[in-house]
Amino acid sequence: MVDSALIEKIVEQVIQEMSRLQSSGYAGNVDRTSAAPAIAQGQGLVLAEKGEARPGSDRSEVVIGLAPAFGDKFTRTIVGLPHADVLREIMAGIEEEGCRARVIRVGKTSDVAFIAHEAAKLSGSGIGIGIQSRGTTVIHQKDLPPLSNLELFPQSPLLDLETYRAIGRNAARYARGENPDPVPVRNDQMARPKYQARAAVMHIKETQFVVPGASSTELEPRFH
Amino acid sequence: MAKRSKRFEVLAKRPVNQDGFVAEWPEVGLIAMNSPFDPKPSLKIENGRVVEMDGKRREDFDMIEQFIADYFIDVSVAPEVMTMDSAQIARMIVDINVPRTEIARLAQGMTPAKVVEVLGHMNIVEIMMGMMKMRARKTPANQCHVTNLRDNPVQIAADAAEAALRGFAEQETTVGVVRYAPFNALSLLVGSQTGRGGVLTQCALEEATELQLGMRGLTSYAETISVYGTEQVFVDGDDTPWSKAFLASAYASRGLKMRFTSGTGSEVQMGYAEGKSMLYLEARCVMLTKGAGVQGLQNGSISCIGVPGAVPTGIRAVAAENLITMMLDLEVASGNDQTFSHSDIRRTARLLPQFAAGTDFIFSGYSAVPNYDNMFAGSNFDIEDMDDYLILQRDLMVDGGVRPVSEEEVVAVRNRAARALQAVFKELGLPEITDEEVEAATYAHGSEDMPPRKVAEDLKAAQDMIARGVTGLDVVKALAKHGFEDIAQNILNMLKQRVSGDYLHTSAILDQHFHVISAVNDLNDYRGPGTGYRLSKERWEEIKNIVQALRPEDMEI
Repeated sequence: MVDSALIEKIVEQVIQEMSRLQSSGYAGNVDRTSAAPAIAQGQGLVLAEKGEARPGSDRSEVVIGLAPAFGDKFTRTIVGLPHADVLREIMAGIEEEGCRARVIRVGKTSDVAFIAHEAAKLSGSGIGIGIQSRGTTVIHQKDLPPLSNLELFPQSPLLDLETYRAIGRNAARYARGENPDPVPVRNDQMARPKYQARAAVMHIKETQFVVPGASSTELEPRFH
Repeated sequence: MAKRSKRFEVLAKRPVNQDGFVAEWPEVGLIAMNSPFDPKPSLKIENGRVVEMDGKRREDFDMIEQFIADYFIDVSVAPEVMTMDSAQIARMIVDINVPRTEIARLAQGMTPAKVVEVLGHMNIVEIMMGMMKMRARKTPANQCHVTNLRDNPVQIAADAAEAALRGFAEQETTVGVVRYAPFNALSLLVGSQTGRGGVLTQCALEEATELQLGMRGLTSYAETISVYGTEQVFVDGDDTPWSKAFLASAYASRGLKMRFTSGTGSEVQMGYAEGKSMLYLEARCVMLTKGAGVQGLQNGSISCIGVPGAVPTGIRAVAAENLITMMLDLEVASGNDQTFSHSDIRRTARLLPQFAAGTDFIFSGYSAVPNYDNMFAGSNFDIEDMDDYLILQRDLMVDGGVRPVSEEEVVAVRNRAARALQAVFKELGLPEITDEEVEAATYAHGSEDMPPRKVAEDLKAAQDMIARGVTGLDVVKALAKHGFEDIAQNILNMLKQRVSGDYLHTSAILDQHFHVISAVNDLNDYRGPGTGYRLSKERWEEIKNIVQALRPEDMEI
């Protein structure tokens, strides 16, 4: 009898392995001359710094821009999802659609629209994803005005891992020049009264790690 | 605790305990008003120029302070008001013997720290008294939200028509998916003018797109031009006070009404409050708005209400920011527009200051759809609260800007709006609206009652509609051609407002005859009991006559 859970686990591991190989494939893009790379380590996630992030030329890549404290100072979203799982799902979604995921740290701003726009500008396909520590996510395209977007997921408490995977998939479809149906937007009007003050405190703390004018950093994510 | 009190277990389950509350953290600006880190009021003028404001010298001004000093502060009034005792000014605000014009004159000379100090002396009832006297337009009104989870255009048209019938003077939509925007604006326009001619409509979007839809005549005003109280938040948005003023003049030059948006809590929400209280930073926004020459402001925390709502005296601060706006002789769309609490008691209490005192737009806006369809993430009151709201008007003899309606007339107007939009889509070559959709929209409560549309096809057509240069006039022609002459005429009349420009005056709305009601021809003249806005006999009859009321004459004997 075939154990479907086991198959799923194996597939996941293969995808992880592929993603690892693919990330290392970007070494050519990376500035090796910078000082000794730092390593951020969150729960289940290691983000090795690989120098300044450069514009990519691979038209099948989607760049994921992480906010200053994501997967490092913070390790969980506002509802407690591990950043490791969130990043893995987005990357898996991108790769599921035959695209390549590249991860960068955007240090100069904690505004998710600008993080996503920065990721899009560095992306070979022109498609980027921005994500804050609390979980707020945007899919962006480099030619759009920064405060516009392809898809915006503003209510971070409502985003689950399945949605993050779908976000990755859709970003990849845009990168392939398709016009996918947007990821269904969930709406809970009571998320604000419950979470807004917590979100503010979380964002204040994330913003304390902003370095004005800093260039973005190439990251090599490792999941363990 | 091993053993819990049954009483505390009951209390823990009350809705209010689902709300988030936080303690003050003044160092990062997580404090509603009167922070120990707020500047003290001061002003020095040399050769007609402000050289020091609130303890800071001109050479140290950030761009917001420079803008306020150069374009807001009236140096002919400032020396007088800055030496007056703040508590004395607070008393003048509630004194019925001091006219509104005198307070408005003095307010032009105050610095941000000064006006915050004045408001700091006022309790919530005094702030409400101030609002009743200081709001610009005598007749209060209301704005609503019309959106849905799937950006379904047929549903938007039907909901807009119903909301217009219910009495809302302004309607605002926005999108779930940005690329749907042209359809949302179009559907809102057609629906609103089916319900009642003269309702103003807007589509809240990224600023360039919002302006473009206005220039095409698909909307008649704009509101979501956001300003902030600290420089860093402006810079994060790639903006300055000057760029916002430039955008404001772009609207004015096309004869489009507009107001700015700001609100307590936005700076701390974005992580850059510079350790100042929420009300102090909001006072800077209000003054910046006045300095830019804009006629009005939406404030009352708006989308950040969960932040002042979580700290002590936050809801008083929210009422205070509305009052500052009124004191500066600006139109105010006064918030109440976002989910604020799980507790029905708390959300009603949050409404009362604006509702009982009256503002230019009590809500900005009231959700004319169920909150699950509200794409501004939910409003403080939604359509399911409508009968409660109508009865609050009746209980307190207050004009909340809406009227009771019958099921028959609502069904009829929703159907007509859906059919009108069906005709417009057909004529403009947009994806078909089926009879099944018209029927569903006629009787729908929310998007769960609507058949799904082909979203990718709609999005493509919406972009194409913009590329083809479709304008409000094309909509007028389409409606006229398909037998909707009255709706066509209403939309044409809305377009004519661009030329006359009368609705650019402060606090302007239009009645069903397209007559402008503004702070020019309907100026608030409140001077105590028996003056200012009073319900007319006709309006009171309308509010009184709810269908639920038992009529003694209808009984058997």
